[in-house]
Amino acid sequence: MSTLAASNKRSFWSVVWDYITTVDHKKIGVLYLIAGGFFFLLGGLEALAIRWQLVKPMNDFVSAGFYNELITMHGTTMIFLAAMPLIFAFMNAVIPLQIGARDVAFPFLNSLGLWLFVFGGIMLNVGWFTGGAADAGWTAYTPLSTISPGEGMDYYVIGLQISGAGTLMAGINFLVTIINMRAPGMTYMRLPLFTWTSFVASALILFAFPALTVGLFLMMFDRMFDSAFFDPAMGGNSIIWQHLFWIFGHPEVYILILPIFGVFSEVVSTFSRKRLFGYSAMVFATVLIAFLGFMVWAHHMFTVGMGAAANAIFAVATMTIAVPTGIKIFNWLFTMWRGSIQITTPMLYALGFIPTFTIGGMTGVMLAAATADYQYHDSYFVIAHFHYVIIGGTVFGLLAATHYWWPRMFNRMLDERLGKITFWIFFVGFHLTFMIQHFLGLWGMPRRYWVYLPDQGLDLGNAISTAGAFLMAIAVLILLYNIIKTAIKGEPCGDDPWDGRTLEWAVPIPAPHYNFKQVPLVRGLDPLWVEKMDGRKEMTPSEPLDDIHMPNNTVLPFVMTIGFFIAGFGFIYQKYDNALNALIFVGMGIALGAMLVRSLKDDLGYHIPKKELEKEARK
Amino acid sequence: MKKWVGKVRMLGLFSLMAIFLTACGKENLTALAPKGYSAERSFEVIIISILVMTIVFVVVMAIFTYVLIKYRRKKGQEDYVPEQIEGNKTLEIVWTIIPILLLVIIAVPTIATTYDLADESQKDDSINVNVTGKQFWWNFDYVNEGIQTSQDLYIPVDTRVYLNMISGDVIHSFWVPTLAGKMDVNPENENVMYIEAYEEGVYWGKCAEFCGDSHSLMDFKIVVVSQEEYDQWIENMGTPMEEEPATASAQEGKALFEQSCLSCHATDGATTAPAIGPNLTNFGNRTMIAGVLEHNKEELVEWIVDPASKKPGNGMLNAPYLQEGISTEDAEKIADYLLELKSTEVVPEFEPFEDQ
Repeated sequence: MSTLAASNKRSFWSVVWDYITTVDHKKIGVLYLIAGGFFFLLGGLEALAIRWQLVKPMNDFVSAGFYNELITMHGTTMIFLAAMPLIFAFMNAVIPLQIGARDVAFPFLNSLGLWLFVFGGIMLNVGWFTGGAADAGWTAYTPLSTISPGEGMDYYVIGLQISGAGTLMAGINFLVTIINMRAPGMTYMRLPLFTWTSFVASALILFAFPALTVGLFLMMFDRMFDSAFFDPAMGGNSIIWQHLFWIFGHPEVYILILPIFGVFSEVVSTFSRKRLFGYSAMVFATVLIAFLGFMVWAHHMFTVGMGAAANAIFAVATMTIAVPTGIKIFNWLFTMWRGSIQITTPMLYALGFIPTFTIGGMTGVMLAAATADYQYHDSYFVIAHFHYVIIGGTVFGLLAATHYWWPRMFNRMLDERLGKITFWIFFVGFHLTFMIQHFLGLWGMPRRYWVYLPDQGLDLGNAISTAGAFLMAIAVLILLYNIIKTAIKGEPCGDDPWDGRTLEWAVPIPAPHYNFKQVPLVRGLDPLWVEKMDGRKEMTPSEPLDDIHMPNNTVLPFVMTIGFFIAGFGFIYQKYDNALNALIFVGMGIALGAMLVRSLKDDLGYHIPKKELEKEARK
Repeated sequence: MKKWVGKVRMLGLFSLMAIFLTACGKENLTALAPKGYSAERSFEVIIISILVMTIVFVVVMAIFTYVLIKYRRKKGQEDYVPEQIEGNKTLEIVWTIIPILLLVIIAVPTIATTYDLADESQKDDSINVNVTGKQFWWNFDYVNEGIQTSQDLYIPVDTRVYLNMISGDVIHSFWVPTLAGKMDVNPENENVMYIEAYEEGVYWGKCAEFCGDSHSLMDFKIVVVSQEEYDQWIENMGTPMEEEPATASAQEGKALFEQSCLSCHATDGATTAPAIGPNLTNFGNRTMIAGVLEHNKEELVEWIVDPASKKPGNGMLNAPYLQEGISTEDAEKIADYLLELKSTEVVPEFEPFEDQ
């Protein structure tokens, strides 16, 4: 029943149709991986253009306006369209398997969330073809963003609103899934760390995204319907946007990093062949980081002029986050301690992550010191810091997850030798690019500078940084080659290739679409490992073999999304011509119509009869 | 607070590190060789936090290296299953408590300096300058002296100067790394900060909050002079220039300027009227043209003829004279006139691009 094998027998369009209508979390995971990967490459190209512009002083590779579009779209794309969707890819591919579930709680919503993200991402990028993409920075500070001419920022607002709705749905879906769909015996304190951290990240999404939604709505009204929420001349306030943005934006950082902490916890434990050191402390630290993550947003605003009291409070609150993060670092180190460390590609990324992320954390504490931040703020020091945590943390983690779960998702092992070459080039390129940027910032280079003057002591540092960026690009090309080579020449890898510990490795590779014929009984932390230590090869089932209830495929989420997509254009262009309001009605009509169909038409799914399952078992 | 500053300074590491960190970076631009009160306070916190964090990094890397060498799977250990250790209460308490203590070391000076740098107790007795940031230039109004200038802010050495900052359009940020950390310049609320410079000289200032196309070209300078020179500068700036331009070209330039430019650019320093474009009083003694171009006739002519090529999106692009177009000859005449606008003998020594 392999998806790959099956697809060989079917026509191309029937496969496309299957993926558009799918509600299977495994296929949705693959789609997230493809779309997120595409946007990652796009954001990477934008980064290369930025670095090439800065390779020498007063360079004229791109114009000022285009440069501002590049930096805005690089940030927006990497955060919203690459990092988060790639995390969702692995959450989808792995979490239901890790907790012993047959799918997520709301498969329909899962599909809707995916398509909203995809079309929101497309919407964001439409601006490139209509006279200019968004150009007010990914943080879109008002009033610069509200007075930005053209439709670039309109595409930013509508695109993020659509993809943000998708993200919110995905977050709710995973919360409900993890609370309700755990197999018997899978108590909270037996959840694998990746599931735990994704659970907490989903809670962060639930509480953080509404702040962004509200901010975007206000901006949408300011830009499209002549309101003045952010216009001081009309009695509005431009600083409110910064608060709304960072009340969302700071938790967003933890949405990006917490699931990755989970990935590393799985990888370090598996390849040290040892259970995670201080499991309950890890869980506690995760929850604490998430809680504190909501208390510190104003540390992005130390120079706004909030006053000494607010700055001091937010400085100290921010520093406290270092404590639970430090606990995690030491727990990973002591998981390896007295273990049996095997250096595979995913483990290599985990090992590269520890020093890199420690540096990112160090500069994080340095930034928390408000008076020091007066110098770092909006300089290249900040750029260096957040790339150390987002690349050194999130991207390293995503690459580890890619190599680690690739066999789980595609029944192939990525080439280990190529994987290690990729790691080393990426690792060296990364530090070459960003280490020097700490110094560039302190030497007086503010961020978002299209050009810098000659003879300011900034030339060499920028040239080094650009060289590093191209090394990272080479590493990504090798990874792509590895993926293509593996797809063409790779051998099926079979079950449990890494000697895994958690439930996802108990499912055969490739997985049947219902995941578990019988839902397993979980007897401890690292359930598969527990069974292995007892000399068993398989999980003990928790139920007799019976009919399995599965949801039907549906095209409705895709149709709804198309509706919102069309309506989005209506909102953007109605300011030029009232007739274009028609687009809003058509689009919303399609979307609401699809919702009506969904509500009125019973779709109870189908059952896989017991007999068929028995037949399969005999094969 | 001075006491712990003294102790910190005694650390040999401090000076070693300072030397290492200042190995690069341009004098009067870098934040790593502070020459002003605020920048020095920030620098101390930077050094303290780097030292503390270095301790953490060394400990983590030591454990990391040891564990990696000692416990790497060796040949013959393929089937070895290590003991499954759940955790260790003592260790976990240790690595919770120690970081908290380390953070206190950083938090105390952070809080102290945060309040120190927000101190407004001397505001009423100090020089007050109203700073207005606009796309993409800076206007300076000396409140009590009734003087207006732009791009180059003159202040006396070793004296606290209060800056009351507001934006005329989008958010900007006022940053002179060698003298002080930055403070945002918002459109709705006035932000107050003070600067105090320890040495005479010209300091580079940058806009640090993304503000549009020419954000990277919104430079300004702080010119620090002696108290006597400052007093003379204030007096000269307030005195209108009496004599007519010396050359015929400059005289024609003056007429052209009054016809095409004066509606936005004042040449009278003793004004409190809001500035539409930069006030050009004493323009002949400017450190740079438009904040980023070398101060010579050639650059000035190019700037007048085609400001978009030097600073994309700047306000001069809407000027009527550009819609009609301007000949190079006329631009040269205006340039001659502007370069003769010298109100004072107080002239900063400044060479922006030494390598060239």
